[in-house]
Amino acid sequence: MKQFYGVDLPNPLMLGTAQYPSPAILEQAFRASGAGVATVSLRREGAGGTGQAFWQMIADLDVLILPNTAGCHTVKEAVTTAHMAQEVFGTKWIKLEVIGHTDSLQPDVFALVEAARILTEDGFEVFPYTTEDLIVAERLLEAGCEVLMPWGAPIGSGRGLNNTYGLRAMRAEFSDIPLVVDAGIGLPSHAAAAMEMGYDAVLLNTAVARAGDPVAMAQAMMGAVNAGRMAHQADPIEARDMAEASTPVIGKAFLS
Amino acid sequence: MTVWSVIGAGVAGLAVASELVERGAEVQVFDPAGPPGPHGCSWWAGGMLAPWCEFENAEEPVLRLGQQAIDWWAARTPVQRHGTLVVANRRDLPDLRRFGRRTEGFREVGAEIADLEPDLHGFSKGLLFEDEAHLDPRRALQDLYNALQDKGVTFHKRLAPTQLRNAIDCRGLHAREFLHDLRGVKGEMLVIRCPDVTLTRPVRLLHPRMPLYIVPRGDGIYMLGATMIEAEDSSRITARSMLELLSAAYALNPAFGEAEVLEIGVDLRPAFPDNLPRIRRLGHTIYANGLYRHGYLLAPALARGVADLALNNTHSEMVDEDRA
Repeated sequence: MKQFYGVDLPNPLMLGTAQYPSPAILEQAFRASGAGVATVSLRREGAGGTGQAFWQMIADLDVLILPNTAGCHTVKEAVTTAHMAQEVFGTKWIKLEVIGHTDSLQPDVFALVEAARILTEDGFEVFPYTTEDLIVAERLLEAGCEVLMPWGAPIGSGRGLNNTYGLRAMRAEFSDIPLVVDAGIGLPSHAAAAMEMGYDAVLLNTAVARAGDPVAMAQAMMGAVNAGRMAHQADPIEARDMAEASTPVIGKAFLS
Repeated sequence: MTVWSVIGAGVAGLAVASELVERGAEVQVFDPAGPPGPHGCSWWAGGMLAPWCEFENAEEPVLRLGQQAIDWWAARTPVQRHGTLVVANRRDLPDLRRFGRRTEGFREVGAEIADLEPDLHGFSKGLLFEDEAHLDPRRALQDLYNALQDKGVTFHKRLAPTQLRNAIDCRGLHAREFLHDLRGVKGEMLVIRCPDVTLTRPVRLLHPRMPLYIVPRGDGIYMLGATMIEAEDSSRITARSMLELLSAAYALNPAFGEAEVLEIGVDLRPAFPDNLPRIRRLGHTIYANGLYRHGYLLAPALARGVADLALNNTHSEMVDEDRA
């Protein structure tokens, strides 16, 4: 598995920490699934570090913390939020989100590239939430990003991988870069599909937090990402149009 | 005879005091802030008695224990039994389907919405939870307070003495130095006046991030609530929260755009990690806390649990620790 800014992840599942029925269920979802990275939204849950009790619970999970800039619409907001996150969590990692469109929450890729450049210069290790656009991806790498996080579908939509062609192209184009499908995952099959394509990790939140049984769904997602990764490493067969019998037919006494 | 000292005159303290007095115990109440008022977070509550709706995003005890609340309150304060109407904007209809899958005790309504709430516009589908109810929280607190005074309960407007025996600590977040797993969850609400709109029952507008609701308080006054933010700063409402609350009202009926904003409420709900209330006896003090967003819904069950422990030494399911 590729390293994320020099860090080995214990497994390919990154889980968000918003929208769970309670912190207790959040904790159980992490413990039961073994997810190794927790994303946290500073902006939504108390700017300025006022959510101490909640942050302490997240810290006690003993997983890698990836703060995000969810809810930011401008470069300035995102940069400020990233700096606040660094103070609260003491990490250089930042999942950079700069929202451009209110209804689809599609990233504003122009502002994203600029914010990524500024934050990299400030010493951050940026995980940019982007689209599958190859040129944008190129610009993000030029800006100093060493990880890319293309969307599967709009945040919270649960639609899965909307553009598998685009995601495959991205994987092929940036074969050495750690790639994470971030957002839009609704089902374990979506997560598995991303891993089968050779993605390095999957980041999701709503699909687990808003499931009827978040703990079971977190475990299902972990099963899926592991299955998908093993399948990718096992070099799957090519699909074909006609049947190919798995047992030889020539030489059998009777052919029907 | 043992005198029980209830500390804190919010919904938890007053409900506990009422339950104890009604079972024949002698009670006094301490609260340095005096009678119920804006200093307590239950002052800012919605007052929905909605166990079936709340179960969508809560653990099973909320559904079961919450059902005791309607009759408990109806015996002590006016309760409106008109049910709850849950609606969603067209783009959020998947959320309405999910809400229906996760809950019970409702029937689906379509064209009937226009008969139930003629002032709701543009909603083709909804869920009606007929057995739910709502009350006016401030009236309810005052009614409990008055009834306790009538029964001879003394209210001390000062801090409770330390080393008090037979104390019942109902101070919400102020008790966190003794309850280390208690946290504050920020809630923001508005009270608006809009005589142009008439709603009969609480209406919930499903929203991907928070359950927004509007509760009619009579005379064209409505309570709009409530955000749930994992933060422990209760100083101010944010512009984002205010926009979301007002947008919800506007989505229900654009005439709410003309409403006057009467009050902005911001406070912290006391909550344990599973968002369920707890009763704990540590030494001479019983702690009753963690009502979270279910102050009026679960205070009756909490009060019964405290009285069972204090008077009969029986342990209800809310008791999670007893080191008397």
